[in-house]
Amino acid sequence: MNHLLAMPLVIPAITGALLLACAGNRPQAARWISAASTAVTAAVAVLLVMQAMAGDYQVYAVGEWQAPFGIVLVLDRLSAMLILLTAVVALAALAYAIAGWDLRGRHFHALFQFQLMGINGAFLTGDLFNLFVFFEVLLIASYCLLLHGLGQPRLRAAVHYVAINLTGSGVFLIAVSLLYGVTGTLNMAHLAERVALAPEADIALIRAAGMMLLGVFAVKAALFPLYFWLPQAYSSACAPVAALFAIMTKVGVYSILRVTSLVFGGASGAGADLTTPWLLPVALLTLGLAALGVLGARRLGELVAYMTIASVGTMLTAITAGGVAGVSGALFYLVHSTLVIASLFLLTELLTRQRGSSGDALVTGPALQQPVLLGIAFLIATITVAGAPPSSGFLAKLMILQATLPGPAAVWVWSIILCSSLLVLVGGVRAGSQLLWHTETTPDHNARAARPAEWLPLGALLVCGVALVLFAQPLQKYTDATAQQLLARAGYIEAVIGGTPDTQPRPLRPGEPL
Amino acid sequence: MTLPIIILLPLIAGTMLALPAARFGRNAVAWTVAAVTAGSLMLLLRELPGVMDGRPLIMSWEWLPAIGLNLSFRLDGLGLIFALLILGIGLLIILYARYYLSATDSAGKFYALLMLFMAAMLGIVLSENLLMLFFFWELTSISSFLLIGYWNHRSDARRGARMALTITGAGGLAMFAGFLLIGNIAGSFELTKVLEARDLIHDHPLYVLALVLVLLGAFTKSAQFPFHFWLPQAMAAPTPVSAYLHSATMVKAGVFLLARMYPVLGNSLEFEWIVTTVGLVTMVYAAYVAVFQHDLKGLLAYSTISHLGLITFLLGLDSPLSAIAAVFHIINHATFKASLFMAAGIIDHECGTRDMRRLSGLWKYMPYTATLAMVAAAAMAGVPLFNGFLSKEMFFAEALELHDLGLLGKIAPIAVTLGAIFSVAYSLRFIHDVFFDGEPKDLERKPHEPPRYMKVPVEVLVVICIAVGMLPGLTVAPLLAVAARDVFGAELPPYDIAIWHGLTIPLMMSAIALAAGILLYWLLRRHNLHMHPREQWTAPQLFHRGFEAVVALSAVITGRLQNGSLQRYLRLLVIAIAILGLWPFLQHGYIAGAAALTPAPPLAITVWGITLVAAIASVALHHQRFTAIILVGVVGLSASLTFAYFSAPDLALTQLSVEVVTTALLLVALSLMPQSGPLVSHPTDHTRDALLAIGAGAGVTAITWAVLTRAHESISWYFINESVPKGGGSNIVNVILVDFRSFDTFGEIIVLGIAGVGVLLMMDGLRPHAGAPATRNDQPLLSAAARVLLPFALLVSAFIFLRGHNLPGGGFIAGLVTATALIIQYIADGMAATSRRLGDDATPVVGVGVLIAGLTGVASWLFDAPFLTSTYAYFQLPLLGAVPLASALAFDLGVYLTVVGATLLMLVRLGKVTGPVNSMRVEAS
Amino acid sequence: MEFLLASALGVTTACGVYLLLRGRTFSVVLGLSLLSYAVNVFIFTMGRVTTGAPPIVTTGVSTYTDPLPQALVLTAIVIGFGMTAFFLALAVRAYRDSGSDHVDGSEPVHPEKRSP
Repeated sequence: MNHLLAMPLVIPAITGALLLACAGNRPQAARWISAASTAVTAAVAVLLVMQAMAGDYQVYAVGEWQAPFGIVLVLDRLSAMLILLTAVVALAALAYAIAGWDLRGRHFHALFQFQLMGINGAFLTGDLFNLFVFFEVLLIASYCLLLHGLGQPRLRAAVHYVAINLTGSGVFLIAVSLLYGVTGTLNMAHLAERVALAPEADIALIRAAGMMLLGVFAVKAALFPLYFWLPQAYSSACAPVAALFAIMTKVGVYSILRVTSLVFGGASGAGADLTTPWLLPVALLTLGLAALGVLGARRLGELVAYMTIASVGTMLTAITAGGVAGVSGALFYLVHSTLVIASLFLLTELLTRQRGSSGDALVTGPALQQPVLLGIAFLIATITVAGAPPSSGFLAKLMILQATLPGPAAVWVWSIILCSSLLVLVGGVRAGSQLLWHTETTPDHNARAARPAEWLPLGALLVCGVALVLFAQPLQKYTDATAQQLLARAGYIEAVIGGTPDTQPRPLRPGEPL
Repeated sequence: MTLPIIILLPLIAGTMLALPAARFGRNAVAWTVAAVTAGSLMLLLRELPGVMDGRPLIMSWEWLPAIGLNLSFRLDGLGLIFALLILGIGLLIILYARYYLSATDSAGKFYALLMLFMAAMLGIVLSENLLMLFFFWELTSISSFLLIGYWNHRSDARRGARMALTITGAGGLAMFAGFLLIGNIAGSFELTKVLEARDLIHDHPLYVLALVLVLLGAFTKSAQFPFHFWLPQAMAAPTPVSAYLHSATMVKAGVFLLARMYPVLGNSLEFEWIVTTVGLVTMVYAAYVAVFQHDLKGLLAYSTISHLGLITFLLGLDSPLSAIAAVFHIINHATFKASLFMAAGIIDHECGTRDMRRLSGLWKYMPYTATLAMVAAAAMAGVPLFNGFLSKEMFFAEALELHDLGLLGKIAPIAVTLGAIFSVAYSLRFIHDVFFDGEPKDLERKPHEPPRYMKVPVEVLVVICIAVGMLPGLTVAPLLAVAARDVFGAELPPYDIAIWHGLTIPLMMSAIALAAGILLYWLLRRHNLHMHPREQWTAPQLFHRGFEAVVALSAVITGRLQNGSLQRYLRLLVIAIAILGLWPFLQHGYIAGAAALTPAPPLAITVWGITLVAAIASVALHHQRFTAIILVGVVGLSASLTFAYFSAPDLALTQLSVEVVTTALLLVALSLMPQSGPLVSHPTDHTRDALLAIGAGAGVTAITWAVLTRAHESISWYFINESVPKGGGSNIVNVILVDFRSFDTFGEIIVLGIAGVGVLLMMDGLRPHAGAPATRNDQPLLSAAARVLLPFALLVSAFIFLRGHNLPGGGFIAGLVTATALIIQYIADGMAATSRRLGDDATPVVGVGVLIAGLTGVASWLFDAPFLTSTYAYFQLPLLGAVPLASALAFDLGVYLTVVGATLLMLVRLGKVTGPVNSMRVEAS
Repeated sequence: MEFLLASALGVTTACGVYLLLRGRTFSVVLGLSLLSYAVNVFIFTMGRVTTGAPPIVTTGVSTYTDPLPQALVLTAIVIGFGMTAFFLALAVRAYRDSGSDHVDGSEPVHPEKRSP
């Protein structure tokens, strides 16, 4: 029995509960417990990736109730990769938070742990309703974390963020239960089977459920026209939280990828190509508008938030337009963009803090106390996020462009991806020259310079980015394998419900036609 | 390994050592980077013999082979010449900059960036893989951006840098797309393979597109018309940078690309037309503009553009000699232009200005520098005996050979002569304005010769100008041959570079150019050239206005979309979901099922009516919030009635208890907020929202109808069959909650717990609210009643809790009952008093609850069973009869505690803020 | 019966959506609660509706209504309850800090008259 699968959820959950139970007024203890738990989770994540690389699915039947009746956790290359990525970002964010942010409000670490639990659960679960539950866990935790430190901007952002997501949750429930009402099951593998076999009459209902589901995921992933909640939320959250949020949009992308490839993955049947023809235009539109947002941004936080949205647009473009290679490129891009955007959110706070009253607004402010270090970090991050050489972003974009070339929409995809890269680069450079170069002559001496404890996580994230460049081939091999595994869904279905003798839904009332 | 090391030395060693070395002064850092550069140069020279024998050196390592990106390097004649220029002139620049930089400039930063840039340039010229070439191409854009913006406190530096980056960066991306197309046609990005695939590429329908894209890259980089204007703006850079970027390196990358890609893309009518035309226009136009520049560096900048045009023109033609001429002029221009920039720098350095209207008669003060500058300028003008003359004459010769270009062929000779005339004129102006023409006008300081070593680089270059100019055969001919062959891609016919070919037409053209140029300058001086307005060229301003306009526009678009209105965002969400949900029905049609319908008893119809009335009324009266709360509560009650009616007792109970608590919360919250809502939105909004709402409602109705009329099959038979035997409980729903799907419940209580903590956080630091309506509470009766109630309520909840596994009930409802009882206690005795007795922070309770639930799950690991695996046994208890003491029960206990804790947190925290309860009690006690 | 359910769900949803789109946090809360009622009943109906067949195993009874949707509804109710409470507290805090209960944290530029 391989309990490793449950660890990424159980460890943070128990830790979070423990912190609530007894560390409410012991901040130092909370720090150590939280850090230890996150580190262990990261170690587990590494082991999981190593297991996933073997290539076969691992299924963990919670409560020993086999699928489709019970809830199962399923580990494949994709989920393993994302859990490791989450762990890396979480470590950085936590290290940064421990440098001071975590004391600006109560229960930071407990909430942080529950957030991790929610994210990892979403990546691991094989049950659609359970996915909803984990969405709620990560959402409620994110609400509280977003509000960490309070203050009016955060409250305003939170009202929007919460209201929109509560509505989304309602739709999620409708979609899931509708699927259940028509197919009689909740397990994703089983759903895949049932959807493929669905009678002609049920197709419309099933597809409607699927579409609404994708709509909800589009809110989480921040796709046009549903991304408007993001810039305010991400730019008002405190730095470590915003850095952690870099993974949150990816949960939405993951869900879209998982559901479209598994539940609605069949080449024929009710699920066949659910996302055509609307997802590609939407993704491109998202990318284009986000790039404009980057160029037109008036504050650095806003600018980075739009970079986040642009990354989502790029990923979904690749996924929809690039086939297997596109998915692989998108996954490579996902890793790269998550790391760099997390680092950018940390960097934003370090910069802002040294600019006194001018904050992160793109106006002339006091000179920086650490212009060289901040300048180098900003330059690296900007080049990376814009996908210019010599960065991991360049490699990712290269993979994506290569993958989308054969596609019919290549002209659109290429021109929009390339133009938006330029816009993002120019926008970033413009912001940088304003913040780092066009300053007053004297620094603000009250401002607190960045301390080693804060440089460390930032540097670590940037180094990860460099590592992606150096070890591009292993990662690319991994994402290729992942993409293939993802699009060949039969193995997943077999692994999850293959062992169950009788999965056939039955009528509950005697005399009801079968 | 040599080739990568040649690049890595400056890239790693150079950049890394520069900053620390700078601590020990400018000499130290200069020596360090000079040593690094020399090292690269040595390595390069080691490979020279092989290349001269025509054996290009290729080294390759895998990087991302799957997408054709490899670390492959190539050293052939063309690359060799460029590498020599980059490293050789680089060395001179390093020496020169040592004296140019003032003590206040950060030498470390300067040299680090210079090394980065040098490495990038070497990368371009030594790339075998096209993607790698682009990789270094963009690196030059970025490093040049930093070099141009070196004096970043100056706004012209910042703007110039940004402009250079934007234009060359954009061109770079176009080139990138072009490369990708070529690579996909050729099936590889390795230059060797691409060269082999020449015909394939030429015949491909996408050839012209690829060609144009690649040319865009080359033209932007080499500042060809109409992309030329970034280059003069880049003159804000320190002069060593200009001398390096605009003579030997940055701008030469463009023409290098042309030369590199000529064998692949060249020798087609499209190529010849585009490239020659652009080159010719640029050459003539820039030469003309150069004449009217008052800034020394401005003049040199436009002259650079003009000479790049000349080279581009030559590379456009498909004759071997033009290739030779092109490469030859690349070398010559690099030498004389670098020396001229350095001279300009010296003058600027010594006089504090570069304005030729103020500089005059410097011959008296710095005769030595003047001589050097004059020789270089003569070379630039194409005066015999200097290297510029030779290549220019070959260029004239080529311009006469354009037979297959129709009209262009006819005007070319005139055009090039015209260009040559202008270039003579501006060269003459450079010499005459600066070194003669009377006394210098109001300079800050008295000019004199620069430090000894600042002149050395200029001397070296000038010597080369003369040596090449007089003895071309001995100096450059062999190099040229190898390089030109690589450019032309085939063996070259016999040719000779000599000063004297007899009285040829090209010679005539040179003579005309010289004479007319002198005449032109003389005339212009007569008609006060110096009064010529500076601002007659506005491309940069246009660019900046355009740039700012684009930024402003994107800001507006973003602002319009992102208008910060939640109502807008939610409308969009509703619309999006509606469309997504509707779409499939439009595609596949709406099909209702055929299952038998159940008849509706009067009771149901009544409840239905009440629900509808209450719901609609709650909308109509939502401004009167108290009423609205009650009405919404009615809808909730009818929901729980529905559950009860349709055999869902657990749901009915839960819905009911939740209803009570929620209403309580709403009332408490209302006492903290305005009692009535203002009429917010406009009538139009009301109608639009009403339509949206009706649409959404209709959708839900349609879906529900479609499903309810369908036969139902589900996996639930399993739960019905296994609930008792495997779950140990006859209340299937409860068994599902605490066993089959206990994982959901685990998540659910965590959500509830966090929500409770969230309320706590929200209420943190809120001081009790003054004018809130006092809640009835100071009644000893109620207080007493509550005290009696509490133990009873606890007993009831224990009962509900224990029977839950078999009959309706369970941890959740029990928890709510307990919590409610406690709340009544709080209200009755007042917050303060009760808080003192029971404490007011229930967070630990939540924690313990989740902990118990979680640990119950983990406990199953001891039996090597998965998380949350349950086991059970029956026990006989009085009153309750057989009670399953299942591990699920422990789990349910966790649920119970979490619910109690969370609910307490919510109500107590909100309640405390309402204040009066609190204060009045404090008075009482 | 089915029609009554479907139509009641529709009306409740419509009212919920309408209130959700109002400009005051309190209305949004009311809208969200109406929506959650609708959603909960909707989930429930996805298991179809049966009278007199509670999902409690009793000897001699073979017909039970579908218990799974009921379990889902319970989870949904609890989560909905938590979320509502949290959003309420958030609304209160936002109002107390900004002095406005408008969803955008500040009164719209066009001052409206309070209804009597």
